[in-house]
Amino acid sequence: MRTNSRNFYLIPYVLWIALFVVTPLLLVLYYSFFNIEGHLTLENYRKFFTPVYLKMTLSSFWYAFLITLFSLLISYPTAYLLTKTKHKQLWLLLIILPSWINLLLKAYAFLGIFGTYGAANSFLEAVGIGGRQILFTDFSFIFVSVYIFLPFMILPIFNSLDELNPTLLDASNDLGGSSWVTFKRVIFPLTLDGVKAGCQIVFIPALSLFMLTRLIAGNRVITLGTAIEQHFLVTQDWGMGSTIAVFLIIAMVLIMVLTGRRKRGIL
Amino acid sequence: MKKNRKWPAFYLGLIFVILYAPIFYLIFYSFNSGGTMYQFEGFTLDWYRELFNDTRLLIIVLNTVIIALLSAAISTIVGVAGALAISYARKRRVKNTLLSLNNVLIVSPDVIIGASFLILFTMIGLKLGFISVLLAHIAFSVPIVVLMVLPKIEEMSTSMIYAAMDLGASRLDVLTKVILPYITPGIFAGFFMALTYSLDDFAVTFFVTGNGFTTLSVEIYSLARRGVSLNINALSALLFLFTIILVTGYYFITKRNEKPNGMGVRQ
Repeated sequence: MRTNSRNFYLIPYVLWIALFVVTPLLLVLYYSFFNIEGHLTLENYRKFFTPVYLKMTLSSFWYAFLITLFSLLISYPTAYLLTKTKHKQLWLLLIILPSWINLLLKAYAFLGIFGTYGAANSFLEAVGIGGRQILFTDFSFIFVSVYIFLPFMILPIFNSLDELNPTLLDASNDLGGSSWVTFKRVIFPLTLDGVKAGCQIVFIPALSLFMLTRLIAGNRVITLGTAIEQHFLVTQDWGMGSTIAVFLIIAMVLIMVLTGRRKRGIL
Repeated sequence: MKKNRKWPAFYLGLIFVILYAPIFYLIFYSFNSGGTMYQFEGFTLDWYRELFNDTRLLIIVLNTVIIALLSAAISTIVGVAGALAISYARKRRVKNTLLSLNNVLIVSPDVIIGASFLILFTMIGLKLGFISVLLAHIAFSVPIVVLMVLPKIEEMSTSMIYAAMDLGASRLDVLTKVILPYITPGIFAGFFMALTYSLDDFAVTFFVTGNGFTTLSVEIYSLARRGVSLNINALSALLFLFTIILVTGYYFITKRNEKPNGMGVRQ
């Protein structure tokens, strides 16, 4: 009797898993073995291990690393200070609100701000540094990416800081720990889960955001995501695009394993 | 001591300014009669007028809303079934497998989802357009609904279900009169998340949209690639307003829903 009802709920859900989770991944793997003429070969994989693609992969990882690092450096103090405010849930909501605004609109805003006559350059000129090319540089790409990812990094760190038992801090204080020692030995280790979750949320998309590289970095920065988009939608070389996608998936799984939380098991 | 108090406020203030500056920058220049995003010449509502006269854009907005509502509704149904299926799975192994498969689409970068769906739809022979975009949006919204609903089901005590069955409720009665009312807040949250996922999505839609059909994000992208046009600013001002209304609405709905249920839990 019970099994009957269980099967009933499983039907749409398993259908969804089969059609939209398992099949697409298998299809990507399948296509990665075909070259642009449609022949079954390992050519794409050989091509991936040429300096051109390896360099692109490395630089993509380097940019993602920088973006994650800067987001973390800015987010941790922010999240920490947020937990100290009076109406912290309201402040948190206000921090998260910009993340509901369409990402492209935010990127578009920076086209204006970083433009040749934009606010950033007027500011630099007023300060006396003088105007310069900001848009379409590495700096603008990293700045805008960090800007976009900040809320996603702040949220998990805030949650883990919020769960922290304040008596532990008192205990550390009573035992003579300075505030730095308390942070290093008590606060940071206990909020490591939040930090890991935040890094995961930022690093993986940072490898693959192609619209930002197109709009803000002006095709100067090529991430794995940009390369996939290029192969699928511009050069129509689906095989090569799939091969890069396979490596992106491998990278994703590795990152998940590295930053995985053992405590809560699968989630 | 006083100095110590000022720094945190300054830092948080700075973060807030940075987070909101681009958005207000966009909105500010939407009233610029100059037509650029750097020289404010005079106040005008022309861009808004132009926006409302642009039937093509209005149709795109309508498309986006229809896709969002439809995909949110359907993915909520599938997601609730999925959450029930997961919670009914008795074997730990089955449960964990279902959960990890569920999370694949949440952690996958958009580019991978988009590219693999493009392959999938092309293979099936589905013409790219409304249907493909709708299917894609349903597909990537299902897992988040599951994650929002599942905790609600898990926290529900089984004795309530047994009580209902002892009192002679049929399986359908148990579902519609006991389980569903109890998990309504989770369903609402899931629906809302699916809605915002769909409204916000750019990358996946960009891959599966084909030529004839466009959503707002894709349209903004193609407009922004052509450079600055203050129509987009006016549009973003309206979207910002809409987002705030949506978030406040959601905030109050969850608050109203939480109260009676929260009391029920405490019993």
